[in-house]
Amino acid sequence: MKAVLEIENLATVLHTGSLPVRAVDGLSLNILQGETFALLGESGCGKSMTALSIMRLLPDVGEIVTGQIKIHGVDLLQLPEAAMRKVRGKQISMIFQEPMLSLNPVLTIAEQIGEVLRQHLSLPPAYQQARIQELLEQVGIPDAQRRMHEYPFQFSGGMKQRAMIAMALAGEPELLIADEPTTALDVTIQAQVLDLMRQIQQRTRMSILLITHDLGVVAEMAQRVAVMYAGEIVELAPRADFFQQPAHPYSQQLFASLPGKHKRDQALTVMNGNVPSLSQQFSGCRFADRCNQVMAICRDRVPPWHRFSDDHRVRCHLYQPGTTHAIPAVIAIGEQKVQSEASRTDETLLNVADLSVHFPIRKGLFKRVVGHIKAVDGVSLRIASGKTLALVGESGCGKTTIGKSILQLIQPTAGSVRFKGQELVGLKRSQLKPIRSQFQIIFQDPYSSLNPRMRIKEILQEGMSALKVGAVSGSSNDEYSNVNSREREIDSLLQRVGLPAELKWRYPHEFSGGQRQRIAIARALAVNPKLLICDEPTSALDVSVQAQILNLLKTLQNDLGLAFLFITHNIAVVEYLADEVAVMYLGRIVERGQIDEVMRNPRHPYTQALLSSVPQISADASRQFVPLKGDLPSPATPPVGCHFHPRCEKAMAVCRERYPSASSFSATHSAHCYLYSSEQIS
Amino acid sequence: MPFSPIILWTDTLIYLFVITIFFWVWYVRRNEHLLMPWKRVGHSASGMSALTVLLFFLVVGLLDTVHFRPALEHKNNKGETIYSVEVLSLLDLILTPLRTNIEKTYSAPLATHLYAKETIELPDGEKVRAFARLEFGGAHLRDPEKEHFSDILERIFKGLAYGFLAWFGIAFFLIVFLSRRHQQNFAQSISAIWRRTGEIPWYAILITLLILLLLIGCSAMLATHYHVLGTDKVGQDVLYQSLKSIRIALVIGTLTTLIMLPFALLLGIMAGYFQGWVDDVIQYIYTTLNSIPSVLLIAAAVLMMQVYIETHAELFETVASRADLRLLFLCMILGVTSWTSLCRLLRGEALKLREMEYIQAAHAFGVSHWRIISRHILPNVMHIVLIATVMDFSGLVLAEAVLSYVGVGVDPSMISFGTMINAARLEMAREPMVWWALLAAFGFMFTLVLSANLFADAVQNALDPRTRTLKLSSRFFQRHGKSEVPPNKTPDVMTATGFPHSK
Repeated sequence: MKAVLEIENLATVLHTGSLPVRAVDGLSLNILQGETFALLGESGCGKSMTALSIMRLLPDVGEIVTGQIKIHGVDLLQLPEAAMRKVRGKQISMIFQEPMLSLNPVLTIAEQIGEVLRQHLSLPPAYQQARIQELLEQVGIPDAQRRMHEYPFQFSGGMKQRAMIAMALAGEPELLIADEPTTALDVTIQAQVLDLMRQIQQRTRMSILLITHDLGVVAEMAQRVAVMYAGEIVELAPRADFFQQPAHPYSQQLFASLPGKHKRDQALTVMNGNVPSLSQQFSGCRFADRCNQVMAICRDRVPPWHRFSDDHRVRCHLYQPGTTHAIPAVIAIGEQKVQSEASRTDETLLNVADLSVHFPIRKGLFKRVVGHIKAVDGVSLRIASGKTLALVGESGCGKTTIGKSILQLIQPTAGSVRFKGQELVGLKRSQLKPIRSQFQIIFQDPYSSLNPRMRIKEILQEGMSALKVGAVSGSSNDEYSNVNSREREIDSLLQRVGLPAELKWRYPHEFSGGQRQRIAIARALAVNPKLLICDEPTSALDVSVQAQILNLLKTLQNDLGLAFLFITHNIAVVEYLADEVAVMYLGRIVERGQIDEVMRNPRHPYTQALLSSVPQISADASRQFVPLKGDLPSPATPPVGCHFHPRCEKAMAVCRERYPSASSFSATHSAHCYLYSSEQIS
Repeated sequence: MPFSPIILWTDTLIYLFVITIFFWVWYVRRNEHLLMPWKRVGHSASGMSALTVLLFFLVVGLLDTVHFRPALEHKNNKGETIYSVEVLSLLDLILTPLRTNIEKTYSAPLATHLYAKETIELPDGEKVRAFARLEFGGAHLRDPEKEHFSDILERIFKGLAYGFLAWFGIAFFLIVFLSRRHQQNFAQSISAIWRRTGEIPWYAILITLLILLLLIGCSAMLATHYHVLGTDKVGQDVLYQSLKSIRIALVIGTLTTLIMLPFALLLGIMAGYFQGWVDDVIQYIYTTLNSIPSVLLIAAAVLMMQVYIETHAELFETVASRADLRLLFLCMILGVTSWTSLCRLLRGEALKLREMEYIQAAHAFGVSHWRIISRHILPNVMHIVLIATVMDFSGLVLAEAVLSYVGVGVDPSMISFGTMINAARLEMAREPMVWWALLAAFGFMFTLVLSANLFADAVQNALDPRTRTLKLSSRFFQRHGKSEVPPNKTPDVMTATGFPHSK
């Protein structure tokens, strides 16, 4: 088959800082017509820089120092900038990760797509409008004729990404570069967008260069996979080979660090450390420091390519004739069993009943209340001490609001939150203070959750001094010994989360994302809480770092008997960590139960759709995909009756009238759906 | 006693300010983690050059702050020393020739004759219209036409030589000091400075110092016999006026800022942080204040104050103390009316910051509002405060000029950049034009504001823990710039890519 894109020995250097950073270092690949080629790797491996090098859209500090990028045999790097403009959008086009940031908010969708058409195809104006409408219909935007004249803010996240794809397709490109196209989207929307990309590819026979860090997406989409590590490709394989028998230790360890159901009672395999800094000179294998099968030779010599077959190549010393390693079937390290049966009682720690949080919508001169956004609308939860309850749902369904209103960071509108039998709702700030230390929160974004102007020591100390934890009340003579014990406390906290104690003198910006998340955990632990609310603590992290954090959380739960309210949209993490699950849709819990009950036998149609939308690595024939139509409705005007009925395939007449009450399947498993309701029959 | 010391109101505040700074420096030096960022300020070439220039201005300003009344030669009938009603400063003492050499009217820089023709009576009784000789400028020349140029050149060269000598002396002591400190020998220290290997950019500092000293040397040599920057309408030396204006500018810039900052910081952060009715009240206050044209508001306040001062003449011993109180009130009035823009900026920033997760986390710990404001929000808005105040600094000096124009600025007996610029308004309309007064005021103000800006920029960069000390721009200044590019680089490919590789 003909190759559309051939990259030969590409090297891109970024001149930030004192040393040049070799973001891409000697990368070669080719993409055939009509295939989807996935570039897989953690952040900081140079994936996006590869894409920008192909488009020649590098930032000012970037420079391509060597290499060839040929599209149909024409070297793009030799073209003048004017000719390059004819390539971008016409031969190669690109979609970006953040649909919110890649559309211009002051131009309508039609104007933005029209821009591409004018640049590349000289269409008569009348036909141009028709073409824009056709493109938008092609990407599945309903009522395209009207909506094409709307502005980006009137589109939802998934719709914006569809519009981006329509724009990328406008020039009928031969190659589409998709840089993390679904990372910012929910799983249900991700499934829709991935499905759309597959359909379009079948129709137009274009090639796709898919850049992602998500193994699931690769498994669903790609024909061939290249694994990128520290600026170079370390493994190149067809999908089937790659998922059956990953050859490079990095690929193997990536698989091993994925959380999942079958790994519940063991610690995840952890890759130590981070992607190395690309400004250094490498003398051996770049992965050597994190590799679990490292040999002496790895640190001295750069590994050459080893071919298993024409398509499957790997850059590793393991497969060289001189070495006696076979491909290890299972990686044997890091599987020490985590005792999951620590002392767990069934004592109720937190009891939330009919919790509602309504935000008023104000309008007009006098800020009259014209409506409410019902972010949380009558939610009841119960967490036993030492247990993990996972709260699952799409973004915008009110998960985070629940977490914050339990902590009384947001004042609930109605309902009760009882912690160890004590009512929290309605307490004053000063009344809350004595029990504040019992429950703490860990946030999603490790970059905004630590004050950049405070040192780690001060960050950790803040909660302790505010809540007077560990302080000996009384005479001021103890001040000195008190300070001393604080210091020791901080040291041991840092050690507990796996950081050396010397780091307490540093500022947060000197740490990587995973390390910052550890510090955030240490900060919460500083006041000895019984309940930790984890608000998507791993969603901003790479797979390998996510594994480290999950292991840490699990160890902490076992050692300290912590209870977690784990707010997430990542089903794999839920399967790995949670004891119970509550599935949330539009401010209400639609299904709840023990982890096995819900995951094996989801009852509510929304749960079923959510679970089936998660990209799976193991091709499972029995798995059936339940596509979800449309987007999450606005919580300001939730649909009448069952909130889910406009998107539900099994919707009945009664669903449009009243909200269903709970139907129980076992003592713990229940769902709000008329499919199982006795009322419906009567 | 040959003099009687006088401490005016603004002097007190300046002394207090200086003492606070000393204590603060002492405190910072004892705390390693506070000292570190300030050491980084010392690594910025532009910042340290700006500081050198700023120090010159500060020294002039401080010299001008030490006030006293000299004793008169005769004594009163009880035998007590009588002190002059004229209040002088150390700077006046140093600049005595400039202060006392007053010509009749305008004269151009370095001129020997007046700028306008006047009727001169010749010894034989005849009257001619001609440019009269200056009383002091070039008075030592017998034949100005022939000797003028060569005399100036000679003095310039002498001045350059003295300046260079002074620089050489300072550089010598600096190098000796550095060698002691780093335990190197003399040559090693020189080469360290020359090759710019040290962390502190002595190279840049020494160059700035050399330029400064050469300028001072030239002016000093010329000023004894000429008016370096000419004279104004009443024949006062413009260089003297400019140097005297520095103190007023510094006082207005710093005191007003100090008065304004508490309002802006407290109200701005409170509005953004507490929201609700607190926000409403503060917003109403500053919108109301903003809706009144500020010049009118200030004029009204100044006029009220002026009436008070004039009806209570007995409160003031000297003209200087009256003028000084007026200046102090002017600073206060400017401060009370100019906090609104910074307040609005800070409100917006606090609105953003209060939603940050680290502040949510602090709430979860039950940290008090006051602590959240002081520990979390305040340090994170400091960069805005720093930039805004330095920007305001030049604005305030200009505001003073505008107010002097309306007639409500500093006391007419005080010399400030504002009064100079105000006077220049008429001079620019003259034919031939009198340009030097405006140029002098502009040049001094420009240097002052620019160096303050550059220094503030360096401080802001250094104090932000997120900024790395090595920035992209530093590559331009590296002597051994791009030797780090990978060896396999082929130049022809690079040019073919069409990227701006100079970046």
